[in-house]
Amino acid sequence: MPHTLATAWASLPGIARTTVWILIITIALILCVALLTLWERKVIGWMQLRRGPNRVRLLGLFPGLGQPFADVFKLLTKEVVIPTNANKLIFWTAPMIALIPAFAAWAVIPLSPDLVISKANAGLLYLLALSSMGVYGVILAGWSANSKYAFLGALRSAAQMVAYEIAMGFALVGVLMASGSMNLGIIVRNQEGGFLSQNWFWLFPLFVVYFISGVAETNRAPFDVAEGESEIVAGFHVEYSGIAFALFFLAEYANMILISALTAVFFFGGWLSPWQGWPGIGSTILGQPSFFWLALKIFLFLFVFLWFRATFPRYRYDQIMRLGWKALIPVTLVWIGVEMVLASYHIGPWAHSWYH
Amino acid sequence: MLVQILFLIFATLLVAAALGLITARNPVYSALFLVLCFCNSAVIWLLIEAEFLAIVLVLVYVGAVMVLFLFVVMMLDINLAELRRGFTRFAWLGWVTAIAVIAEIVDVVWSHGLTGLDVGRSAAPESASYSNTLALGQVIYTRYAYPFELAAMLLLVAIVAAIALTMRRRQGLKYQDISRQVSVRAADRVRIVKVKAEKRT
Repeated sequence: MPHTLATAWASLPGIARTTVWILIITIALILCVALLTLWERKVIGWMQLRRGPNRVRLLGLFPGLGQPFADVFKLLTKEVVIPTNANKLIFWTAPMIALIPAFAAWAVIPLSPDLVISKANAGLLYLLALSSMGVYGVILAGWSANSKYAFLGALRSAAQMVAYEIAMGFALVGVLMASGSMNLGIIVRNQEGGFLSQNWFWLFPLFVVYFISGVAETNRAPFDVAEGESEIVAGFHVEYSGIAFALFFLAEYANMILISALTAVFFFGGWLSPWQGWPGIGSTILGQPSFFWLALKIFLFLFVFLWFRATFPRYRYDQIMRLGWKALIPVTLVWIGVEMVLASYHIGPWAHSWYH
Repeated sequence: MLVQILFLIFATLLVAAALGLITARNPVYSALFLVLCFCNSAVIWLLIEAEFLAIVLVLVYVGAVMVLFLFVVMMLDINLAELRRGFTRFAWLGWVTAIAVIAEIVDVVWSHGLTGLDVGRSAAPESASYSNTLALGQVIYTRYAYPFELAAMLLLVAIVAAIALTMRRRQGLKYQDISRQVSVRAADRVRIVKVKAEKRT
């Protein structure tokens, strides 16, 4: 039976196989978002000495496991209220515009040594372009609802996302310099050789800048002024209800997973094992590259996202701008200069043969 | 064949979006049509394997310039009747510009000769390992290094000029000195006063 399945799979045309993979990845991502919302509430609950959701059981398993699914069905059956003076066309399309870049970005992310939907040469640029389009969902939602609070949230987040994109782009320039390629598969492969030869070691300031900008890009705490509950109710999606609201929620969490995956790919070797090539452990199964390493790294960064949310108070708007423009961008510029020096003396990643 | 069909689809969309851009009454719709225009032209560039240019077009124009555009347009409260009044007054200027642009296009097409311009043939496809970005980088940083750096300097000067124009210290403006705010100590702000308890009289 597995044999016939395998031959049937191989006999499918390439486009059909790609479509199946796209479906699998999309559904897996949506499931991950559902579980992430539960994990978030659990983790923050534990950090605040509460229990978190613990009522809805799924198949009698872990208490609380059914919570995200219960939430989804609740949102699906709720009425979507459209404000009287809203611009209906844009009001309806905005959640989808927010969602599409978050999912489309997965096309170029190498999930395992031989699983990637598109081996695009300009993968890094494609990711930058897509992450810059994510802001449209937010500003269109804020404008079309014809509500003061939604519009204020949209303006805040538009300014914030445009500002942090620059720092993010510069951090990726550093990655590009260290890897010599914009193809994400090659970026991962060029970090081979264990934990210490991965990009984070030589690009540590850029890693920090990238992750902070990533948190700001996704409008997560402590940079969540776009939806500052105490000031502007819920920001750009204040007028959305039911499934339209759920789509924004889905986009936000999918973006968190995406940023975690990208941090893992750019700075921590993606699907490479941290002990690859080490004596002893490197030759066991723990030293082999696989999807599970990527999943583990994504999980760790997602935990950091939640940890931030439970720990830090929200930044004030002017502090966000100051951090983005006056702290993160200069750090990246200085480190690009440092990289130039390292490159001219062939230190670190620039000592490899593929660089020359 | 597939490429040509795709080209026709996206070129049609591009022209339709451009028409929508100039005919839409709502300025926000106009801005969104312009975004659609950029996306479609990016796809057309992708079809001739200029992926770097295509993605940079989306990154810079869609991702940054148009966001700021929308930002401004959304906050405007545009009075259409007032706009229409100006329309007939400045219509001749629009016509002159349109005719000049059309004349330039016609001139370019004519100088190549209509027969010499083979519109049905696309460029020979490059091999899979060909990197558009690499090729562009090699040309820009070697052959065109000086023009490229000059353009960069020009942009830098423009940024400085824009900042200088908008940096105004208004009188009586209250602003926060963040470094002073951060370095403040409790002793600077709070004075602990010990008051002796008094006896009830």
